[in-house]
Amino acid sequence: MSAVYGPIRQIAAALAWILGIGLIAAIVSLSRPDFGLAQLVEAHLEQSGVRHPVTAVLLNYRGYDTLLEIAVLLLAVLGILAFRPPGPATIPDAATDSSPVLAALNRLIVPLIVLAAGYLLWAGAHRPGGAFQAGAVLAGGGVLLRLTGTIPSFESPNAWLRVCLVVGLGVFLAVAALPLFEGSRLLEYRTAEAAMAILVVESALTVSIAAILATAFIGAAPPRIRCLSPSRPAHSAEGERAGQS
Amino acid sequence: MLGEILDFSLAAILIWIAWRTMATPNLFNAVVLFIAFGLLMTLAWVRLHAPDIALAETAIGTGLTGALMLDAVAHITGKRGRRRAGRNPS
Repeated sequence: MSAVYGPIRQIAAALAWILGIGLIAAIVSLSRPDFGLAQLVEAHLEQSGVRHPVTAVLLNYRGYDTLLEIAVLLLAVLGILAFRPPGPATIPDAATDSSPVLAALNRLIVPLIVLAAGYLLWAGAHRPGGAFQAGAVLAGGGVLLRLTGTIPSFESPNAWLRVCLVVGLGVFLAVAALPLFEGSRLLEYRTAEAAMAILVVESALTVSIAAILATAFIGAAPPRIRCLSPSRPAHSAEGERAGQS
Repeated sequence: MLGEILDFSLAAILIWIAWRTMATPNLFNAVVLFIAFGLLMTLAWVRLHAPDIALAETAIGTGLTGALMLDAVAHITGKRGRRRAGRNPS
């Protein structure tokens, strides 16, 4: 980390202060909009196919945003996988010294996580919840399984994982494009079919979001987490290399 | 009244922890403070009647980001440790 001293530092501080105060002033001076969007959302809630306003906004009124969001997530994880250093993981996958307490806790918690994710997905239609939360909870379960060494790391995602990664965007695009064949616009669900469309999209999104977030953690780089690894071979190999050079 | 006291103390603690997260020199401490910040932020979202965002904040902002950051810290400090270990014998 290079420290900056002298006048540049003071100028930067002054600029930061001016920017901060300007931002605060701008936020304070914002006028509150007279019309509430909430009323508009409530008024059309019956046509949206769901009973929870947040889900209605995310997957019906502003479905375009969510469609682009899942595309961005997919691109991000593709970038992470592309920047993986080549070569196999240096650390053995299964934790050889995993404690029985950890294993038992895993067996207790992971099914609960799956159950909670399923509930969140289903509850999204009429109360707080939804695909993103369900996917994130599932991905948390995946990270937990990886940290305890239950599921292995990988060099490149296999066919199943690839399907899981893209199924959300694929299904969303397909459902979004369906109204085009019926003469209406992109993402313009018919009121009668909206509930089914949203459920299908949300289910696919849950799978994809979970796979993407878990892959972002697992696939980021060969794992070097201390508690998992005896890691003596890696260290001694590095030492020899350093000694030779 | 009690709610307002809770809100104001929550806001004050949030700003304080945010400052500590930026100011602390130790990376590991910074990550732990960041996770604590995320958990308190969850409470703030709940107080703002936004349980959706609270759920997302807990799962993503605290859980996954925290795990990723801890992993990154392990990578950084691990490399340093190995370099030192490599230098010492030579």
